[in-house]
Amino acid sequence: MFDLKTLTVSAWIGLFFTSIFLFAAIFAPWIAPYGKAQIVGGVWEPMSAQFWLGTDNLGRDLLSRMIYGARTTVFIAAAATALSFSLGAILGFTAAVVGGWFDTLLSRFVDLLMSIPTLIFGLVVLSVLPSTILTLILVMGFLDSTRVYRLSRAVAADINVMDFVEAAKLRGEGTRWIIFREILPNALSPLVSELGLRFIYAVLFLSALSFLGLGVQPPEADWGGMVKENKEGIVFGIPAALIPAAAIAALAISVNLVADWVLNRTSSLKGGRG
Amino acid sequence: MQILKLIAQRVALGIMLLFAVSVLIFAGTEILPGDVAASILGQSATPQALENLRRELGLNEPAITRYFTWLGGVLTGDLGTALSNRMDIATSIWPRLKNTLFLAFWAAVVSVPLALILGMLAVRYRNGWIDKTISGFALASTSLPEFFIGYVLIFFFAVKLNWFPSFSTVHDAMPFLDRMKAIALPATALTLVVLAHMMRMTRAAILNVMQSAYIETAELKGLSQLDIIRRHAFPNAIAPIVNVIMLNLAFLVVGVVVIEVIFVYPGMGQYLVDHVTKRDVPVVQAVGLIFAAVYITLNMIADIAAIVSNPRLRHPR
Amino acid sequence: MATPTPSNSDNLLEIRNLKIEATSYPPGEPPRDITIVHGVSLSLKRGRVLGLIGESGAGKSTIGLSSMAYGRGGVRITGGEVLLNGRDILKSGRGGIRKIRGREVCYVAQSAAAAFNPAHKLMDQVVEAALQHGVVNRAEAEGRAKALFQKLSLPDPENIGNRYPHQVSGGQLQRVMTAMALCSEPDLIVFDEPTTALDVTTQIDVLAAIKDAIRDTGVAALYITHDLAVVAQIADEIMVLRHGELVEWGETQQIINEPKQDYTRDLVAVHQIDHSEKTATSAPLLSVKNVTAAYAGGVVQVLKNVSVDIHPGQTLAVVGESGSGKSTLARAITGLLPPMEGSIEFEGRTLAKRLSDRKREDLRELQMIYQMADVAMNPRQTVADIIGRPLEFYFGMRGKERDARVAELLDKIEMGKGFADRYPAELSGGQKQRVCIARALAAKPKLIICDEVTSALDPLVANGILRLLLDLQAEEDVAYLFITHDLATVKSIADSIAVMYRGEVVRYGPKSKVLTPPFDDYTDLLLSSVPQMEVGWLEKAISGRRMASAGN
Repeated sequence: MFDLKTLTVSAWIGLFFTSIFLFAAIFAPWIAPYGKAQIVGGVWEPMSAQFWLGTDNLGRDLLSRMIYGARTTVFIAAAATALSFSLGAILGFTAAVVGGWFDTLLSRFVDLLMSIPTLIFGLVVLSVLPSTILTLILVMGFLDSTRVYRLSRAVAADINVMDFVEAAKLRGEGTRWIIFREILPNALSPLVSELGLRFIYAVLFLSALSFLGLGVQPPEADWGGMVKENKEGIVFGIPAALIPAAAIAALAISVNLVADWVLNRTSSLKGGRG
Repeated sequence: MQILKLIAQRVALGIMLLFAVSVLIFAGTEILPGDVAASILGQSATPQALENLRRELGLNEPAITRYFTWLGGVLTGDLGTALSNRMDIATSIWPRLKNTLFLAFWAAVVSVPLALILGMLAVRYRNGWIDKTISGFALASTSLPEFFIGYVLIFFFAVKLNWFPSFSTVHDAMPFLDRMKAIALPATALTLVVLAHMMRMTRAAILNVMQSAYIETAELKGLSQLDIIRRHAFPNAIAPIVNVIMLNLAFLVVGVVVIEVIFVYPGMGQYLVDHVTKRDVPVVQAVGLIFAAVYITLNMIADIAAIVSNPRLRHPR
Repeated sequence: MATPTPSNSDNLLEIRNLKIEATSYPPGEPPRDITIVHGVSLSLKRGRVLGLIGESGAGKSTIGLSSMAYGRGGVRITGGEVLLNGRDILKSGRGGIRKIRGREVCYVAQSAAAAFNPAHKLMDQVVEAALQHGVVNRAEAEGRAKALFQKLSLPDPENIGNRYPHQVSGGQLQRVMTAMALCSEPDLIVFDEPTTALDVTTQIDVLAAIKDAIRDTGVAALYITHDLAVVAQIADEIMVLRHGELVEWGETQQIINEPKQDYTRDLVAVHQIDHSEKTATSAPLLSVKNVTAAYAGGVVQVLKNVSVDIHPGQTLAVVGESGSGKSTLARAITGLLPPMEGSIEFEGRTLAKRLSDRKREDLRELQMIYQMADVAMNPRQTVADIIGRPLEFYFGMRGKERDARVAELLDKIEMGKGFADRYPAELSGGQKQRVCIARALAAKPKLIICDEVTSALDPLVANGILRLLLDLQAEEDVAYLFITHDLATVKSIADSIAVMYRGEVVRYGPKSKVLTPPFDDYTDLLLSSVPQMEVGWLEKAISGRRMASAGN
């Protein structure tokens, strides 16, 4: 399905950086030069041979914290995406195929949830919930599943009315065959590309929450939280806060480039090989 | 009149949605295990303090009663009292709402025409370098977190070049020009946040119209490009473009939350975030409801614009 | 009449060595240029009508639009000359071309519904070109338009211009578009399949209106269509195109009556399949008894008290226009739309109304083939999977046994084993439909419902499918319920016919009886509306009609 020969330059760039971030996230304790909470120098020391990215507001090595931060950011975002995807896709597919009151009820509820901006509703809920990583994952995953639900339902509903699905129904095939053998293979490409976009959204959403002080709590830190820790330095001309911010941007752009390629690659095919 | 009926239906739906949203927001602050009082006062609270707070919040009443008391207050302009500083919420919100709208207004004044012009340019020179640059820029900026844009602006234009203040402090007695100078950076940041999205949607909307068969008909009548766009593309592009604008204004109102925190701008967003941190539930409910109301209203206007500009509905058979 | 000569000074339009290219973007490969038209030349005298005919991909629309120096969808005119009134319009620059379009050459599109701007009144759009080129002032232009509306027999010619496109029917819109083309009194009009999207009884009115208008105004025309019988009614000369090359060009009489090239002969003879009618048996295979069906919970009745029989090994053709309920009948029989009243008997037993209540054996014996073969197959399955699934599902065949049977079925539909591993996207339109036929046959059915199975195909390909279906019927003794709007197809395949109109069967019986007078009014209209491969048929048909078509 994904032929490496068709990789465009931008897709290569995207894949390269995505892999670097993933590598950092997975092997953080082995590659980070210092511990994540270890104070190793003065406050906001500039970049040097000893501290490649300088030190942060408490004198911790910024590079090490960035590497550990990658782990937190990627892990929470991935978990939230996994939750939103399984929840949204399963409900969306079922609603499209089953129809009836199940579909109507669920779709109206999703309409309602989506009529409130996600960030605002997230803030409302977080104002009473305990600040733990699990809460974050659940809130983010649940709120974002509405979008996945809409997409999966729309894609599945489009396919469900096509003649080949009708032919399968006339043949007497059961609901399982129709969902998994007729609809799912044809719905995969838009969903895979959406997976990338949802992950980006989760990264940005998490970073925004942490930046606002409502996400990951100290001493743990994700990239958004690191921006918050170091933001006071900006007015003194110390760019430490820009580094985690730029890392978030780089991660989001890389994943976007890959998702873009997946979408172009697969939507140009009407099916079959490729 | 079919069209009036449709508009009335859409407005009714909007109002219904608002009520449903108020339920949702109220319920959203009720979902936690334990109760609001415990979460406000934390683990170490004495039972006596908890009991006092519960009574004050009316937590001893059933949730439904509390909801209707709250809703009745909201409808009469009484948003309740903040837990953290005992101030009337409505009087605290009012100046902040004005500030937020002031910022959002100027960001919209810049971003909307800019996005429309750039979107049209992208269509005019489709697949050329302008188009590619614009869509590359769009891709990048949908991936940039607001605080990246915000702090880069502060770092260069406030700290390094010293053109603008790094904190956007405003107060009531401020002269207009000083005020404009104070919001220059946050308004720019907001513009950058919504610009790409709006541009991409404008481009798609116009392209959709330009690829219609009636544009070909106009071309085969020997009309000039300008006439084709003015007479044939524009009347059909209004609805989708109004739609794009409204959706992005809605987007802008939300984007304001993070931007206000970055620039320490005394608006609704900062007010909300502060009180979420303090777990000041009445304030969060009130501000959340106002944000949701603005968002729903803008979406409703977009839908009504689409209804009004549809010739099939304006001139029924 | 003189044969057309390649070069002549009183030619209105002269195209020399026209070469047209486009860039194709095959997935996963670098884009490459393909040639759509390979050096075609033609000429047209003032006031004459030239028919351009060919299958899809013949380049006929592309050639037609080149007379306006227009390339649709990234198509480029890369070589040759297009002389209009003696000058090469390809060299006249943007401004020059604009002066010609809408003034000297006008265009009538296939779908007027899409070609009109939904935001403006019809009148504003009809007079726009005439005003743009300063031919006349607004009042005169509107006067002209109203006269043209009258000539094209549009209802209420004084006021129809005040309507919006969506307020007017498809057949009327097509005539308004013709008026729009005529309004600036051009020298040439390009008609691009103007009646293809219309129902057959509407088509004949529009065709007659266009023909009268051309005759009375003396305008020259390029008439593009895939239907030779249609173009025979309207053109003075016909040019047959294939794969962007000229096949044959001559006077209409000669092309229809004495075609010189084999390809032209095939096109002329396309509907002539000899099929002798089989007589009805005493025990019908399927009996539809007094079936009434409705959508939206009984609100919209689409089938009213319909009764028909299908006999084993025979074909019942159900004929009707769009909205006649013929496809709904198929949905009722298959159980997709359970009938409100009436029953359906199959081999003497009553079928359950709902699909979900039917036995697997019932489903197996009743198969279906669709109009659009490319959406009737899962694009992610290979031909072997598609044909093999019914074998697994109904007969539990697996592995070698299944593969052998798939190969056998591929052989039956005249496709080789090599196709087993292909995906639907890698097949041509005709091949796709054949695979769908094989999938239906795999179930060893007693009845196959064929829903407009040839409508989306080019005439010659459709002909091949019809012949295949007849051969298979002889071999497998399978019955067909053949749903179509095309009466010519009916004649070549049916044993009995049911004519449907607005949800009711208005005429039903053996083919010979249904097609023999005396007719009821609707059948008469329908039969008389089918274009015949015969010059002068249109006038005879119009004068002999008893009932106005639905389009009026």
